[in-house]
Amino acid sequence: MSYRSRADLGGQDIRDRVVPEPEGKLFHAPWERQALALTLAMGATGAWNLDTSRSARETLPDYGSLSYYAIWIRGLERLLIEHGLVGPDEIAAGQMLRPARPGLEVLHAIDVPVTLARGAPTQRPATVPARFAVGERVRTRSAAVDHHTRLPAYARGKVGRIDQVRGVHVFADAHAQGLGERPQWLYTVVFSARELWGGDAPQRQSVSIDAWEPYLEPLA
Amino acid sequence: MDLRVRALRTVLEQKGYIDPAALDVLIDTYETKIGPRNGARVVARAWVDAVFRSWLLQDGTAAIASLGYGGRQGEQIVALENTPSVHNLVVCTLCSCYPWPVLGLPPTWYKSSAYRARAVKDPRGVLADFGVTLPEATEIRIWDSTAEVRYLVIPRRPAHSENMAEEQLVSLVTRDSMIGTGLARAPDDMR
Repeated sequence: MSYRSRADLGGQDIRDRVVPEPEGKLFHAPWERQALALTLAMGATGAWNLDTSRSARETLPDYGSLSYYAIWIRGLERLLIEHGLVGPDEIAAGQMLRPARPGLEVLHAIDVPVTLARGAPTQRPATVPARFAVGERVRTRSAAVDHHTRLPAYARGKVGRIDQVRGVHVFADAHAQGLGERPQWLYTVVFSARELWGGDAPQRQSVSIDAWEPYLEPLA
Repeated sequence: MDLRVRALRTVLEQKGYIDPAALDVLIDTYETKIGPRNGARVVARAWVDAVFRSWLLQDGTAAIASLGYGGRQGEQIVALENTPSVHNLVVCTLCSCYPWPVLGLPPTWYKSSAYRARAVKDPRGVLADFGVTLPEATEIRIWDSTAEVRYLVIPRRPAHSENMAEEQLVSLVTRDSMIGTGLARAPDDMR
């Protein structure tokens, strides 16, 4: 295994208190505003997709010690370098040392509202019937994979029930690796807390994930 | 970080990859236009309008779009109704997926390791951090946003709010109540 996500935190033994925050407090330093805007503006150029950027962030070696917008900036730097848009020497120098790569679709101020309103829908037309139906019991894949995935570790190899069929969506695992969209049926799968965490967990508690069909197998 | 971000912005500007004016519009959008008051209007409408409420639960994306909200990070929105017997709580254990068109940008705690680690395993402990205690018999349903579906919790309408108009009800709906870490405010708290 060479791929390691450091962002897969569900169920980990972290005991820190969750610290509530008032509604209006969005940023804690001026650079955080810039980090948000730069990330969104570069994302809109289409040089990479959302799954690629999640993958770039979650594999940062020091993910755990960075604040959230610092993760975004470090992820952005990494994507810019990997896609040949900016050199590490240019980032270090704080200025352009080579000409820009042509052909990028720059997000202009006037287009921001319509770009945000459009978003990036991931639903695609169905070409094959869904393999599973609501109410059916399934088991999630138990093996770890050597690439970006959206099946959290705590939900691997667990028995759950199909709660909703959400349509066919761009498959994050493939999309993040640059293998194209490879759309797959997406399901909300619900697990009892006892299935996930053992017999001491409360009975009236459950967790659902949204799982693409390749994550699931029928329960024999 | 401040210098590092400034340096990066300079390089991107010099290369012509970004329009500086677009950065200002992006920031202004999320500071002043797209935030949890949008979601609060959705919830208040659902409280007063039974037809809207059933539409919202049936097809959240379309019902929410009818109030003018949708798009980035909310291309498909599912509304989850809290009831006396079931309490919904939303998390993204893998990153920070959040319904931007109705709630804006996520608060720091939503992105924190503690919330992401604990919400799926110890929801009552997390709720206690927010000062919320639910009856023992209440079922807790946690929704881990692992794909591009985004979840909006419809909190229970507080007692003694029967005579309030939709516009007044909006102010009872807190951001946290639409994530599931809080409850809607009681009308008394508003005085």
